[in-house]
Amino acid sequence: MPLHKVSIRIDGEYVEAREGQTILEVARAAGKYIPTLCYLAGVSPSGACRLCVVEVSGVGRLLPSCTTAVQDGMSVTTNSEKLARYRRMVLEFLLTERNHYCSVCVSNGHCELQSMAAKLGVTHVRYPYTYPALPVDVSHPRFVLDHNRCILCTRCVRVCDEVEGAHVWDIASRGIRSMLVSELNKPWGESKSCTSCGKCVQACPTGALAEKGWAVEEMTKSHENISRLAVKRGVRV
Amino acid sequence: MKKVKVATVWLDGCSGCHMSFLDIDEAIAAVAQKIDLVYGPLVDAQEFPEDVDLVLVEGAVSSQEDLAKIQLIRERSKYLVALGDCAVTSNVPAMRNAFPVRKLLDRVYVEGAEQNPGVPADGVPKLLKRAVPVHEAVKVDLHVPGCPPAAGTILYVLSELLEGRMPDLSSKVRFG
Repeated sequence: MPLHKVSIRIDGEYVEAREGQTILEVARAAGKYIPTLCYLAGVSPSGACRLCVVEVSGVGRLLPSCTTAVQDGMSVTTNSEKLARYRRMVLEFLLTERNHYCSVCVSNGHCELQSMAAKLGVTHVRYPYTYPALPVDVSHPRFVLDHNRCILCTRCVRVCDEVEGAHVWDIASRGIRSMLVSELNKPWGESKSCTSCGKCVQACPTGALAEKGWAVEEMTKSHENISRLAVKRGVRV
Repeated sequence: MKKVKVATVWLDGCSGCHMSFLDIDEAIAAVAQKIDLVYGPLVDAQEFPEDVDLVLVEGAVSSQEDLAKIQLIRERSKYLVALGDCAVTSNVPAMRNAFPVRKLLDRVYVEGAEQNPGVPADGVPKLLKRAVPVHEAVKVDLHVPGCPPAAGTILYVLSELLEGRMPDLSSKVRFG
């Protein structure tokens, strides 16, 4: 299949792209910075976190750059006062939705939600916290799932399905009640399909999925290996 | 030169933010030249004075006493800084928020008591339904997150405010 070339403008600059590429891919290749949380190189994009929103001329609403394909003649703005405001708001909503106590988290200092909040200048949350009562699943012998720290980015869902091929994880329910579930909402430790490979743990941007046995600040992760594995399976990153 | 009247307050927190404040070490000598520390755990004053220029508040608002205190403090202070994660996000004090107060107290003082079970009622302030960040109770002028905020951050914030400038905290602070 021939690859059609398209040309678009990103922040005023002309950029050449292949048809089918996403705005995020093209913008990053052009050296532009767009913040992301749910995006993980090597697995399919999901548009879950809304942090990567951009402005597209002639479109009345903001579009997630990770799931929006480029179109010939498109004009994209990746950074503006409005986008900064919305991105901060996205982070604030993520922080109010669950119980993110950074100071007592295994991932303190290594958390993408925490560092992104710092980077985008979120020094406090203007909306009331919801303080939901949420369970912690410690049934797996090696890993733990703390729903208090989950931002529903679905990186674990995708990496388990697309790279490991086990598809242990899914999101159950809708809206504010959405929850990460293993198999058909069984405790993780009882899952027959889990291979205990740990890719979901490495892919998780927060302390929601972690290895057992670590104390505060001790859990470090690396998702570069996941992207490398994906490339070996023929995914273009 | 007239000294700036500064107060510090310790609500529902661990005093770690006050410790971090003291960790500015010898820089405190230079700060002391410019300020009059009029109230807080570090000084003797019993009552929060009128006309405080700058107040640093550590801790979440967790009890009726905290709430009454912070309202008075706001009334009597020109500039209020929420210092540290408990004041900014409610943090660890809020870990009880998912449980009803009655159940929580019973769990600790009745089920958890080896002798003399019973929820204390006299001489202790009533807990609010939820521990909340300071800005959910009163207006906050500046948020300095961190658990605790680094000594250098506190010194920077204090120095800038004493010079009459607004500290620029973007990319300098984080939660936790």
